[in-house]
Amino acid sequence: MIGLEHYLTLAAMLFVLSIAGIIINRRNLILLLMCVEIMLLAVNFNFIAFSRYLGDETGQVFVFFILTVAAAEAAIGLAILVVLFRNRQSIAVQELNTLKG
Amino acid sequence: MYNYYLTIVLAPLAAAIIAGLAGKKIGRAGAHWVTIAGVGTSCVLSLLVLKNMFWGGAVAENIPVYTWAATDGLNMGVGFLVDRLTALMMAVVTFVSLMVHIYTIGYMHEDPGYQRFFSYISLFTFSMLMLVMSNNFLQLFFGWEAVGLVSYLLIGFWFKKETAIFANLKAFLVNRVGDFGFILGIAGVVMFTGSLDYATVFGQAESVAGQSIKIFSGTPWNAMTVICILLFIGAMGKSAQAPLHVWLPDSMEGPTPISALIHAATMVTAGIFMVARMSPLFELSTVALGFVIVIGSITAFFMGLLGIVQNDIKRVVAYSTLSQLGYMTVALGASAYSAAIFHLMTHAFFKALLFLAAGSVIIALHHEQDIRKMGGIRKYMPITYWTSLVGSLALIGFPGTSGFFSKDLLIEAVKESHWQGQGAVYWIAYLSVLLGVFVTALYTFRMFFLVFHGKERMDAEAKSHLHETPAVVTVPLVLLAIPSAIIGWYTVGPVLFENYFGDAIFVTEGNDPLRHIAAGWHGSLGLFLHAVRTPVFWLAASGVITAWFLYLKRPDLPETIKNKLSGIYNVLDRKYYFDDLWIKGFAGSGRAIGQFLWQKGDQLVIDGVLVNGTAKTVGRLAGVIRQIQTGYLYTYAFAMIIGLTALLGWLIWLR
Repeated sequence: MIGLEHYLTLAAMLFVLSIAGIIINRRNLILLLMCVEIMLLAVNFNFIAFSRYLGDETGQVFVFFILTVAAAEAAIGLAILVVLFRNRQSIAVQELNTLKG
Repeated sequence: MYNYYLTIVLAPLAAAIIAGLAGKKIGRAGAHWVTIAGVGTSCVLSLLVLKNMFWGGAVAENIPVYTWAATDGLNMGVGFLVDRLTALMMAVVTFVSLMVHIYTIGYMHEDPGYQRFFSYISLFTFSMLMLVMSNNFLQLFFGWEAVGLVSYLLIGFWFKKETAIFANLKAFLVNRVGDFGFILGIAGVVMFTGSLDYATVFGQAESVAGQSIKIFSGTPWNAMTVICILLFIGAMGKSAQAPLHVWLPDSMEGPTPISALIHAATMVTAGIFMVARMSPLFELSTVALGFVIVIGSITAFFMGLLGIVQNDIKRVVAYSTLSQLGYMTVALGASAYSAAIFHLMTHAFFKALLFLAAGSVIIALHHEQDIRKMGGIRKYMPITYWTSLVGSLALIGFPGTSGFFSKDLLIEAVKESHWQGQGAVYWIAYLSVLLGVFVTALYTFRMFFLVFHGKERMDAEAKSHLHETPAVVTVPLVLLAIPSAIIGWYTVGPVLFENYFGDAIFVTEGNDPLRHIAAGWHGSLGLFLHAVRTPVFWLAASGVITAWFLYLKRPDLPETIKNKLSGIYNVLDRKYYFDDLWIKGFAGSGRAIGQFLWQKGDQLVIDGVLVNGTAKTVGRLAGVIRQIQTGYLYTYAFAMIIGLTALLGWLIWLR
């Protein structure tokens, strides 16, 4: 029987995976956006698992909201990415260091 | 009479405001007409007031005009006290002021600041009248400061001239020292009597004299002595008594008309007037009178000596003014207040005359002031010559001139004063005024001979333009020469011996030297005939002869004497090092302390360590810390994760 702990473990693994993706990845900004999406999905997993476990639908409603926002965010992120590429002819993360003091 | 008094004071003020604010609109002629009309009105009315006092038997009036502020028990107001002392001062001030106004038309006619000048001198007349007509200490102080302000403005009238700016600053600062004493004196008066009004204060004088005050812990001082000495310090500043005299010679940087009006005839005599006005207070403190007489003696004699070595025509007259002010102060110290005021009056006429005559020579020579570059001007400028002669004779006390009556009786009064038999103070005072006569004659006629007689030492270009000055200049000279010559004959009796001042001046029974002299008084003519038998006459005559011998007969001698006595000459040339004492000593050390506090305290500690030091430390720290900031997204994400983990860990396990 697959219990709550299995879902949570999967979500945690996904989450850690995406963090690792964000930290380790130095070449591709698209990969970074995908990691963010995975992170959100991991959170969604938790919501649904708890919603089912506690018998409360509010968590599932939340998931819909998060999915919507994630879609919007992905669109904006990709738009920024396109503009960035036009400006710098590159989407490599290690070249984006103008934020430093 | 109330309306008279108000008009006398306000007419010059109104004229000053019109000439000052609407100067451009009314033009140059407008400016001098409006101010002369204002001061002329004052002068006529003042003479009328004086006439009423002298012959009409008018009584003293004490009129409150306006209450400016009233606090718990202390009433601060504006008011007029017009008694015989005030009436005399008003007449002298407005008359000399009127002459100077007329003279200025000639002296300043090329100056771009014409209207401004007229506005200032009218304002001065207003301030001086406020000072002398006051019936309380506060208004006295207002007038005192206002004349000081106008004096400051006028010394620096040519404000593009470096030396003039220096001189007016010096005058202002030195006067502040005196004024500080003065306001402390007034504070003392208020502390002991709780009133600013003359009449109230004088009424309580006796009880104040019975009290004492502890200034520094320990010795108690007599309250009256402290108050009087503090008030006199104010007089020392304004009337340029040693050691606060240093500003007066430098004030000659201003235009000559104001040297005549402010720095000879009126403002500098404010101190003398004030002490005479405060006679009910000063009479109660022998110590204060002793202080007054010693300061006066030092000024009278030593400042006269400086006149001998000066080469600037105006400075010679300035040192002579210092010396004569010293004479007046000595008379005050000897309780001969009427003699001091009488000398003040005659001095105002002849010294204003001498200054205006000097100014006349200066314009004729196109602003040349060095007497070594003059000489033989007599035949080019007869009116100036004769009026100067009258002024000079009056100054040295030649028998018959006004100066003779005032100075001779002043010296007589000092001789007969209550200090007689009191040891050193008496001899210091008596010998300085007596020897001062010789010195006065010497420097006066040195200047007179060097300017008007002897070889013509000016250059050919100046000589070709040399001619008598216009009527606006010579008419005031003549009008001032007349009182300088004859006023003594008519006024000496009433003012000194027939109790003209009445209650205005208070002298303790037994202190009054004039009473002793009055016994031997046989009218002006008697004194005149008696003149050749006094040492004063012979001292003056020997002074004139010495001057004649040294500067006309043997003009080579002064140079030889100067070289022989170079030590003394240097001391005189450096003015007894008083300038060094004040400028290098006091001002210099003040600046050094300021410099130290500025550079070490402010710049090093506050700016350097505290303000910039903090900023720099933060900057340096930030410089190290900012190395952590790589700018890479993944570093920040990593830091966020670490932070989040740490926070979560803290929340879960440590809470």
